[in-house]
Amino acid sequence: MTEDAVIAELRDGMTIGIGGWGSRRKPMSLVRAIVRSDLQDLTLVSYGGPDVGLLCAAGKVKKVVFGFVSLDSIPLEPFFRKAREGGAIEAEEYDEGMLYLGLQAAAWRVPFLPTRAGMGSDILRVNPHLKTVRSPYGDEEFLAMPAIRLDAALVHVNRADPRGAGQLLGPDPYFDDLFLAAAERGYVSCERVVDTEDLLKEGTIHTLRINRATVHGVVEAPRGAHFTSCVPDYERDEPFQKEYAAAASDDDSWKAFRDRFLNGTEDDYRAAVGAFNER
Amino acid sequence: MSDATLDEICVVACAEAWRGDGAILASPIGIVPMIAARLARETFSPDLLITDGEASLIANPLPVGEGDGDMVVEGWLTYRSVFDMVWSGRRHVIMGATQIDRYGNQNISCIGDWQRPKVQLLGSRGGPGNTVNHATSYWIGNHSKRVFVEEVDFVSGVGYRRAAESGVTEFHEIRRVVTNKAVLDFDTEDHSMRIRSLHPGVGIEDVKEGTGFELVIPDEVDETRMPTDDELRLIRDVFDPQGLRKKEVAV
Repeated sequence: MTEDAVIAELRDGMTIGIGGWGSRRKPMSLVRAIVRSDLQDLTLVSYGGPDVGLLCAAGKVKKVVFGFVSLDSIPLEPFFRKAREGGAIEAEEYDEGMLYLGLQAAAWRVPFLPTRAGMGSDILRVNPHLKTVRSPYGDEEFLAMPAIRLDAALVHVNRADPRGAGQLLGPDPYFDDLFLAAAERGYVSCERVVDTEDLLKEGTIHTLRINRATVHGVVEAPRGAHFTSCVPDYERDEPFQKEYAAAASDDDSWKAFRDRFLNGTEDDYRAAVGAFNER
Repeated sequence: MSDATLDEICVVACAEAWRGDGAILASPIGIVPMIAARLARETFSPDLLITDGEASLIANPLPVGEGDGDMVVEGWLTYRSVFDMVWSGRRHVIMGATQIDRYGNQNISCIGDWQRPKVQLLGSRGGPGNTVNHATSYWIGNHSKRVFVEEVDFVSGVGYRRAAESGVTEFHEIRRVVTNKAVLDFDTEDHSMRIRSLHPGVGIEDVKEGTGFELVIPDEVDETRMPTDDELRLIRDVFDPQGLRKKEVAV
């Protein structure tokens, strides 16, 4: 598939889970395709980074479900900040472990999972839909973390075969397989599509973390995570991330950034980034 | 006479929070706690587990802020498996706090009304879950009334009173709050914050002045202990030869 073909399968108002963590291994070419599209009113579920920021900046977001949103080397994501402080988006904030349990519950098709995480905190105050549950085996009260069901999940991996067996060559799979398992439809972009018989050439069986039963489409997207990291293929592009963050300073800067990098195709993006990196 | 500087005293005070912790994950948020965790393991808490900030458990003493070339890896701990440590209680984190109150409620989520914050911060991250599952301490490099407030705008990390009201006291412990002025704890009848020790040269009035609520002040307040010569050598030569720790400590 192409990025645009994936986005054509999404609809306004959908709940979309995005893999990666902070500014790490984000499916940015798919995110950029959403920016170019007519999609709107999306609910994003993410261990948030520039995926959330960029989509907020582009006006695609109705609500963000998050535990944090960060660019890692730049602690606060400037566009997310702007959207929250300007009242442009709704927020559903959880402890990051609650987010994990919500996805796990959806993947296991149970309505909730019990946890202590969140109890006593203001997470309950700002999420009045959350309920607690008493242990049927004792007296203790737990937070019943509801399943977070996703209409679609987007993740970026190092390698995949054409049918969607995905390989994560870096040290941390984050929650990518869980996002896919929690979703009605899962889409995987990858640095390179390889033949199935070549999957074990670059990593052990432990790297085959993405199960094709959860994948509906594969996109070959070299440097598709740019400017976030995608180790061992590449590190984060820190100068570009700085440029991105600086574009949040005012509307003109954002417009200039968008014109320069985001209005064209993914090929145009790669060319513009190439020119930026050669300055 | 020791020539230890304030930042080094703070490192050792943070390290002391992990004393006696055994084989658990020491999770430091920030440079000073990171040096402190490595120092604690190299000296009085040898069984602590420490990551490289990514998914590797590192077994050898490595400096902060440099490449991981000579890393001796003793385990694989992904971000997801950190929750196995959190929810089993085999962890003690030192987090930061944008705001903290007298019962140890911590805010890293937002300033102002959550519905439309004046300042959106990081988000609650793991604060809610950490605090009700295992020991938590805080490192605050700028002890001031902006941080030490009567009431936090958002409870991310859960303090004593909230934990009691919600029935989650069993695994809840806020062990220490280490600042650039003092070490504080909650060893009081109602678990409100008290001064445990003052850093050398700091007076009780200095601490009161930087605190937006009434602290419990014991009749006798100790002085925070000085680093030993061996600790100073480890901090300066092994863990932080670049002096990155100094950036986190207001003087």
